[in-house]
Amino acid sequence: MFAYIVRRLVYAIPILIGVNLLTFILFFVVNSPDDMAVSQLGQKYVTPEAVQAWKRKNGYDLPLFLNSQEQGAGALTETIFFTKSVKLFAFDFGRSESGRDITTDVSTRMWPSLAVALPTFVVGIWVNICVALMVVMFHATRLDRWAVFVFVALMSISYLFYIIGGQYLVAKTWKLVPISGFNGEIQPWKFLLLPVLVGVIAGIGAGARWYRTLFLEESNQDYVRTARAKGASEIRILFRHILPNALIPILTGVVVVIPSLFMGGLLIESFFGIPGLGSYMLDAINSQDFAIVRAMVFIGSILYIVGLILTDISYTWADPRLRLD
Amino acid sequence: MRAEKANNHTTAAHRCMRVLSTLALLSLAACGEPPWNNPNPPAQDDRLTYQSMMSPAPPKHLDPALSYATDESLFIMQIYEPPMSYHFLKRPYELIPGALESAPQVTYLDARGQPVEEDDAAVAFTRYTLRLRDDLRYQPHPAFARDEQGGPLYLFENAAQGAEFRQIPDFPVTGDRAVTANDYAYAIKRLADPVNASPMLGFMSQYIVGMKEFSERVAALPRGDWLDLDEYAMEGLEVVDDLTLTITIKGRYPQFVYWLAMPFFSPVAPEVDRFYHNPGFADRNLTLDWWPVGSGPFMMVKNDPNSEIVLERNPNYHEDFFPVEGAPGDLEAGNLDDAGKPVPFIDRAVFRLEKSGLSLWTKFMQGYYDRSGEVHSNTTGVFDQAFVVRPDGVEMSPELAEHNITMSPDVKPGLYYYGFNMRDPVVGGYTEEKRKLRQALQIAFLTEEYLNVFYKGNGIAAHNLIPPGIPGNLEGEAGINPYVYDWVDGEPRRKSIEYARQLLAEAGYPNGRDARTGEPLKIFIDVQSQAISNTSMNWIDRVFSDIGVQVEFRPADFNRTREKLLTGNTQIYSHGWLADYPDPENFLFLLHGPESPLECACDGANNSNYANEEYDALFREMRVLPPGPERDELVARMVELYRRDAVWLYAFYPKEIYLNNSWVHNNKRHGISKATLKYTRVDADERERMQTLWNQPVTWPLYAAVVLLLSLLLPGIVAYRRRQNATARHTGG
Repeated sequence: MFAYIVRRLVYAIPILIGVNLLTFILFFVVNSPDDMAVSQLGQKYVTPEAVQAWKRKNGYDLPLFLNSQEQGAGALTETIFFTKSVKLFAFDFGRSESGRDITTDVSTRMWPSLAVALPTFVVGIWVNICVALMVVMFHATRLDRWAVFVFVALMSISYLFYIIGGQYLVAKTWKLVPISGFNGEIQPWKFLLLPVLVGVIAGIGAGARWYRTLFLEESNQDYVRTARAKGASEIRILFRHILPNALIPILTGVVVVIPSLFMGGLLIESFFGIPGLGSYMLDAINSQDFAIVRAMVFIGSILYIVGLILTDISYTWADPRLRLD
Repeated sequence: MRAEKANNHTTAAHRCMRVLSTLALLSLAACGEPPWNNPNPPAQDDRLTYQSMMSPAPPKHLDPALSYATDESLFIMQIYEPPMSYHFLKRPYELIPGALESAPQVTYLDARGQPVEEDDAAVAFTRYTLRLRDDLRYQPHPAFARDEQGGPLYLFENAAQGAEFRQIPDFPVTGDRAVTANDYAYAIKRLADPVNASPMLGFMSQYIVGMKEFSERVAALPRGDWLDLDEYAMEGLEVVDDLTLTITIKGRYPQFVYWLAMPFFSPVAPEVDRFYHNPGFADRNLTLDWWPVGSGPFMMVKNDPNSEIVLERNPNYHEDFFPVEGAPGDLEAGNLDDAGKPVPFIDRAVFRLEKSGLSLWTKFMQGYYDRSGEVHSNTTGVFDQAFVVRPDGVEMSPELAEHNITMSPDVKPGLYYYGFNMRDPVVGGYTEEKRKLRQALQIAFLTEEYLNVFYKGNGIAAHNLIPPGIPGNLEGEAGINPYVYDWVDGEPRRKSIEYARQLLAEAGYPNGRDARTGEPLKIFIDVQSQAISNTSMNWIDRVFSDIGVQVEFRPADFNRTREKLLTGNTQIYSHGWLADYPDPENFLFLLHGPESPLECACDGANNSNYANEEYDALFREMRVLPPGPERDELVARMVELYRRDAVWLYAFYPKEIYLNNSWVHNNKRHGISKATLKYTRVDADERERMQTLWNQPVTWPLYAAVVLLLSLLLPGIVAYRRRQNATARHTGG
């Protein structure tokens, strides 16, 4: 397994270079370093000298990919792409365009993201599995048909509706919790209740419907019929037989997102005022802060790759017949 | 047997119900005393706190050499004391000494540096002598902490030494000292240091003697951790003594005194600059850009731009009082109720990051924010709910009226406008025909209707490029644009569409068609995509169709729109301007010829590329004149040229309405200065009472949720048990 993990990590390097290159190209197709300078310097009295000074200060005074002024390797290394990318691979994310240290910001903001994403994830999976198992238990009854209808309806509603509806009802009309905000030291649960509730309810439709499909497929297998014939209770059949056998597809979708929980959610964090990485990314896009966008995409890629490796490892735990070679 | 089963089910249901009810009650008990929705942490002491927000984004820069945005001024203008300031209440805006003992003493010099009279043609330089108050003292800060030998306590050789300090409050020892004239000189040198990339460097280098040379000199120096700018002299700066500084500028520029009221000229102590250049500090965001150090009424004690910024009263702030005079009507409006009382009134101000309009508005209505906005009124999204627009203005909705909320309207000293590119072959040019064409378009554009429909009446149609409250803006009949309006029954009335059609015909476009080719007249408007909606495009299309003119919009993002302006590749463009200082010069320069991007090959302000020799000559003359009738005459003539040449399609002065909860006092808005937090007074007892009254939780949904859950679960449980206990069924056959 160790060799497998090392191999996967080595494969990750060209992927990360590719992601970095793509982000770089996409960003600079729509933004030149001059555009970035102007957006950072404001809209008044922006002289060419000020633009040059900003570019020099922030390392954007070099050519993008090829420096014709330099000889040999310098033609490639004395470029914005190289100077900005090399540091990323050493996990030095540098400064944002407004001068703040990105590593410090990321390490501070990942905890509020996790505080919302982790309970939403855990409670969400638990609720989805329970609901799906219950519906499977009543398969082909009126309850099952209604449940599918409700799932589809829940899936069809925009996520924004859940957020705004939740804020309007629970926080504004019923005044049960604060409408937004976050305080990591004093009563953090008070601020997390609503976003977690919204996240869980918004995910029930898609999650439970997907799990129902997986469980139904298993419930038609011979071993289930055998268990039932031997007199096992429905609860036992569901939890001891169907659930473990349906784990592989569940793990495929679930384990891969676990590392990405640190990255938070763009919408939830923005609407609920959670100072996490999701809103960090959104703010960076809005303010054309390439340094943050690049760092966040890089971190996101790494976490995704780690998630995929963890998924592979989890298969061996869920199904002992599998081996990673 | 069946009865026993039924009993079992009932008992199970009761047990479930009991557990859930207990859980619900426990959850309620865990919430404590209502209100439960208070987003603000409980007060840890009895200091009077003002609850506010920063919205929609945190400030980017708090370094006085870099900061140039209004939302940043909200913070740094409470912390720093520039030499000059503005009177809180008087209108038109009045400049008053800030950190100075009195207004700067102005001396005019000839090329040899000899004093001459103000109106002498030989004037080559102007010298401003600034005399500081003798009671200015910096806030307590670790940069001023001294060791036993009198050297700086926190001066580290490497990043590891100071690694335990992550924020300014982490430093156990602080110190302070008096503010000196050299600190103001040092701050100006920081503006000139290209490493700081100050947006003022290019502009101020044109005026302050020796600034450009100083900048070039320090740029060439080798850099270590820190460069002590005190070791290098700037020709135009002289520190006469601890409290006196002179600044010499080239020629005459009376508006320079307004710049002295801006944060760029705030003092920076060299030891503070040295402190923030400690190794490793920047990696922990310990910089002057994030932790300002000043002598103003407040000091920053927490800076978490991701969630909140907290200011507290500076214990070293000098004696200061609420003004005893105001503008006409201030006494009756209660704006002078606190006249003569010592300020600041509050001990702490908390600014929480608020990105969503719904959250901000809800918290304001629940009483958790004292005002509805600080820099931006933030009422746009919810304006329909908050106000009823009537012909004679806006009225508050019953909900707002019930809360005894007060309104503070604010006409910003700024403009939003659509300008013509005067170099465009169709709408540009200075012939009579071209003027008539532009005037016809101006008349057709129903600015008042546009403002009512799309801005809910929050704007005033501009007859002049100088906004109200600034000399040069006249009211009544004398203030109307006679090319677009008539004065009828004591108010301006837009000229008729028939007249616009007539002008269009005289311009060579009868019924909106080119008289020579028969082609319909089509105009192109460049707008920023985010700044216009489909409905407003449809509206503009409709008003121009009334005179037979077709419109095509060319939306693009900010950078592309800017590129078009820089290259003159536009016909009609949208733009805005917010004044730096309340002087007509700061608006009239928007049409000054050399400011055209095509002339200066720079980001000039004259995006219309207006070129009028008479206007430019008047501008040069007006710029150096002191306020007075002679200057007013020149300004009036320039405004007349602007109207006659119909340089802009339409313009309006933006108006915003800020709301204040009943417990907040001294709410008069100041369009230019943000250094007004010290005048804000809050009645904390009333706030607490109202918050409790308005935020009693509605608990029935909790019980309803429990009942709903049970009603979903119980039938399932019953059905399951029935199925488990059922005997095999005979299926026939």
